[in-house]
Amino acid sequence: MLKIKDLYAGLEGKDILQGINLEVKAGEVHAIMGPNGSGKSTLASVVAGKEEFDVTRGYITFENEDISELNPEERAHRGIFLSFQYPIEIPGVSVTNFIKTAINETRKAKGKPDMPASEMLKMIKEKADMLEIDRKFLSRSLNEGFSGGEKKRNEIFQMAMLEPKLAILDETDSGLDIDALKVVANGVNKLKSNDNAVLVITHYQRLLDYIVPDFVHVLMNGKIVKSGTKELAYELEEKGYDWIKEELV
Amino acid sequence: MSFKDKLLSSYIALEDYLEFDSPLHDLRNNAIKIFEEKGFPTKKEEAWKYTSLNSLLKTNYSIYSNKERNVELHDVRKYFLHEIDTYKLVFVDGVYNSFLSETTHDSLDVCLMSAALNKSKYKPVIEAYFNKAAKSDSLTALNTAFTKEGAYINIPAHKEVEKPIEIINFSTGNEAAMFLQPRNLIVVGENAHVQIIERHQSLSRNEVLTNSVTEIFAEKRAYVDYYKIQNDEATASLIDNTYISQQRETVCNVHTFAFGGNLVRNNLNFYQKGERCDSTLKGITILKANQHVDHNTLVHHIAPNCESHQDYKGLFAESSTGVFNGKIIVEKDAQKTDAFQQNNNILIDDKATINAKPQLEIFADDVKCSHGCTIGQFDEDALFYLRSRGIGLKEARALLMYAFANTVLESVKIPELKMRINKLIANKIGVSLGFDL
Repeated sequence: MLKIKDLYAGLEGKDILQGINLEVKAGEVHAIMGPNGSGKSTLASVVAGKEEFDVTRGYITFENEDISELNPEERAHRGIFLSFQYPIEIPGVSVTNFIKTAINETRKAKGKPDMPASEMLKMIKEKADMLEIDRKFLSRSLNEGFSGGEKKRNEIFQMAMLEPKLAILDETDSGLDIDALKVVANGVNKLKSNDNAVLVITHYQRLLDYIVPDFVHVLMNGKIVKSGTKELAYELEEKGYDWIKEELV
Repeated sequence: MSFKDKLLSSYIALEDYLEFDSPLHDLRNNAIKIFEEKGFPTKKEEAWKYTSLNSLLKTNYSIYSNKERNVELHDVRKYFLHEIDTYKLVFVDGVYNSFLSETTHDSLDVCLMSAALNKSKYKPVIEAYFNKAAKSDSLTALNTAFTKEGAYINIPAHKEVEKPIEIINFSTGNEAAMFLQPRNLIVVGENAHVQIIERHQSLSRNEVLTNSVTEIFAEKRAYVDYYKIQNDEATASLIDNTYISQQRETVCNVHTFAFGGNLVRNNLNFYQKGERCDSTLKGITILKANQHVDHNTLVHHIAPNCESHQDYKGLFAESSTGVFNGKIIVEKDAQKTDAFQQNNNILIDDKATINAKPQLEIFADDVKCSHGCTIGQFDEDALFYLRSRGIGLKEARALLMYAFANTVLESVKIPELKMRINKLIANKIGVSLGFDL
């Protein structure tokens, strides 16, 4: 599904990602772990198409199409979703109206008519229930005054509504207490199927107890320096990242 | 002959028709002297530093319309808030149009300035209020000298006006170029409530310059909600001079929606003369092409324990220019004043300009005054967030513009008007947002 080949990307002529190679197949859950400043969020943003970053070498393909030159909305239309670490507040636009716009814009891009209102309402109700989201919450302005947990839950709600093929969860666990974390993880698991994939970006192993990865990759200084199975995450939790650095030397 | 000279000689001709012995005549004579002395303001004056009338004054305007033109309702219906029942005062090229209007004398007066000036029963009100709040600057004086027609609204004490009043000034383009000077007087009695919507609308591509003066008097505990819709043709320019005199415990709100026209100057002046007044000044400005809008506000806190809230948002595209010049004066006796001023602007294109200048003059020592001003571009992170959800760049920008302007809309109290403004904003931004605003 997603193939990243020898990817170099960064800001203002300085590469933050220094030769990333990664393949994510349909049905898989991958976790990217790494210390602060290793390039985890940059990788998420580059895959989602943030234009601030320059790709200087390598390429990204999604379902065998080179997406390196596509803008963020075009990538979203192809089924890539990024759950933000810091979701943006949009006053005056309710959660419901925002998601309606997002869904219908995506449908428009695919040459489909707007989703009928009744269908939309049904879907909103269903997904909100799944994520234990209160109906009142949906009429509030997007992310405005939301707690950290509410923001993340709202991100997963959008993911549930947009039904992406590839969901990238950037530090979705940060700012969540254990109960909120369980609800969010449970939502992600319910959305998981053999046709889609999840890329979890996290600093800690904690989230991986609930969203169990098939593969774990360690990102350091813009490179994937080690890959393994979920046991690697436990090892990192226990021993930190220093032993990998030593191993590399 | 310059336009100023033309006006001065027209006044001499006008004098022949005027009421001779009335105090009003003296007022006009004084006013024309002020205008003769000061002339049109120039950029040399501090308050006009960023707005030049020079190019507008080169045009040879007609001061009176010679030909009458009929305006058909179906052509102009869209400019009325026709979704609901309203009182209407409609003027076409400065002349009252009875066919399009809906006036009343039934327990309140919604009628004409010309009638109020000429009929003796209105004399006490005219003598008590006319030109009593207006400043004697040259443009206001020019309007005073030529005062002929406009809205006269008098709401008696304790009257809650059940429907909004619309004041609409059409210009037809019957003359190649037209100079209009509507004059409105609005007196809101003790504990009375009123909502007023004012609009200037050109119906052609001929040039029009309007120099409008509105005086509003809010008596004790009165409540006034005033909405200005400025969405005119690119050939229409407006100088709006509004003066609001507030007695104790009054609430006066003015919303200015500045979406169009060539050059617009809003001189909005609030005078808080009694204790515990509340004044709100809000505005949304959305401009493009070479449009120019200058908001020049004054809140004069004269009495203690009063509040004022200003919130102006501006979106400037292409080569448009905005000015926000907000002055707050807190007099020595106006202790416990709470004055707040906020002005946020987004420059959409590189060529757009905004000049923002907050001015605070505080002579009391126990007051709360704050002001904030921002000028920025679109937040790239916010745009990326929206685009990552599949929303295209144009729509994403529109959504952010809408969100930006939204705080000003929240306080619009007529739902149908709010919907209208919402649609106008969506239209100005040039996009449908895929949901009902």
